[in-house]
This record gives sequence, C-alpha cells and structure tokens, in this order.
Amino acid sequence: MGGLQIPMEHVLALAGLLFSCGLMGLMLRRNIIFMLMSLEVMLNAAALAFVAAGAKWGQADGQIIFLLILSVAAAEVAVGLGLVLQIQRRFRTLDMDQARRLRG
Amino acid sequence: MMETLFYVAAVIALLATALALTRSNAAHALIYLIVSLLAVAVLFFLMGAPFAAALEIVIYAGAIMVLFVFVIMMLNVGREGVEQEREWLSARNWVVPGVLAGLLLLELLLALRAAPAATSGVTVTPKEVGLTLFGPYVLAVEIASMLLLSGLVGAYHLGRRFIVRREKRR
Repeated sequence: MGGLQIPMEHVLALAGLLFSCGLMGLMLRRNIIFMLMSLEVMLNAAALAFVAAGAKWGQADGQIIFLLILSVAAAEVAVGLGLVLQIQRRFRTLDMDQARRLRG
Repeated sequence: MMETLFYVAAVIALLATALALTRSNAAHALIYLIVSLLAVAVLFFLMGAPFAAALEIVIYAGAIMVLFVFVIMMLNVGREGVEQEREWLSARNWVVPGVLAGLLLLELLLALRAAPAATSGVTVTPKEVGLTLFGPYVLAVEIASMLLLSGLVGAYHLGRRFIVRREKRR
C-alpha cells in the first residue's frame, strides 16, 4: 500500500478550488481569450483530481485519463482560437456580448 | 518535507490562477497561467506521476500556451502593438511571475535531491503508463486520435477562410 503521503481530501480541495477559479473566470469575464483560458484552468483542475486518484492507489489509469484530457484540451484550444480569429475579423471586438447573432 | 513542498506548490498554483484570471491584459494573464501550469506539474511530480508532469510542461505550458501567444500577437500588430511591446518589457510586469517560477524551480531541485523519499509512496513509471495505455486502453487511444483529427480539420477550416479573405483584401 503506497498511496499518497498527503491527505487525499487536500488534493481534491485544491482541485475543487482551481476548478471554481476557472468557473468564476468563465462566468465573470466577457473577453473570449480569457474565457478560453478559464476553460483550460477547469480542464487542468479535473486532470489534477484524476492524477491524484491514480496516485492514491498506485495505478496508471489516472495518468491515462490525464492524457485524454490533454488531447481534449489541445483540440478545443485549436478550434477555439480559430473561432477567436473569425470573431475578431467579423465583429472587430473580442467581447462575447457583441457576438450574439448566430447568422451575422 | 514532501508535505511542505506540496502545500507551497498548491498555494502558488492557486495564487497564479487567481492572478491570471483577474488581469486586464491578456499577455500578462498568459504569463501567470504558465506559472500556474508549472505549479501543477510540480504537484504531479510530488504525487509520483513524473510522466504526467513532463507532459504537462511540454504540451500544456509549451504547445497550448504558444498557440495563445500567437493569437494574442496576431490580434494586436501595428504601431500600438510596438508601444505595447515596449511597455511589456518593463520590470514590474514579469517580476512576480518570475519569482513564483523561481520558487517552483527551487522546489523541484529540493524534491530531486531527496529523490525517492520526496515523492509520494509509489511512483507510477512511464513504462507502466505505456503498457496500460496500449493494453486495456487502446480504444481510448483511437478515440483521442479521432478527436485530434477532427480538431485539426476544424482549425484548418476556420483558419483557411481567415487567410483567404486577408489576401483578397490586399
């Protein structure tokens, strides 16, 4: 029985705090670049919880889910930043409240 | 020893994330976000997941953040961009992230010095991760490859229209 030397609750609390930081950022900021950054923070917090759970039982599964989250984050950021360029070109702003119409 | 390192890295991660999401300047926020990702990588290392820590730095703090940097730089080119560049080089903008990153480096060195004892009880080696990834989880690898392919096609589609219109305007 190896496991973590630090209490599991503390790691999960840290992951939860990071996730809520990202959620607050996503809800409060209206700049689309900051919204994408908040999404990254939230995905990262979820990955932290997975790796901590994998470390607790000394199994590799947590790190494999981390790899999956990593590829999801990479794909999301590639498409999201392409959308940022389109929105900037079409609306001349990065404020998401300005981009309300779906067929501009 | 290991507990102290863990809590210091945790505080740095939270602080850098909070600072990143409250900046008004996107480039400053990006620097704090990179520090936050480095802190999470140190946490991974301390929890006995060195492979995840390396990937966090290489892919998250390296590749994904470079994409953000490219887009931010693309969005403000021109004369005001040069002014902004000059303003970013002043010391007060990078001292705090620099100090936080230096603290993380110090932590990593301390953890490496006390090598097997400083990390968590069991270290999950990259070999184990690879064997599990291409054993029971091989379907997940296929799903990830499909996801990355669709992301590639989507990003190419969105970016190609951007490039074509720019050329037509000239």
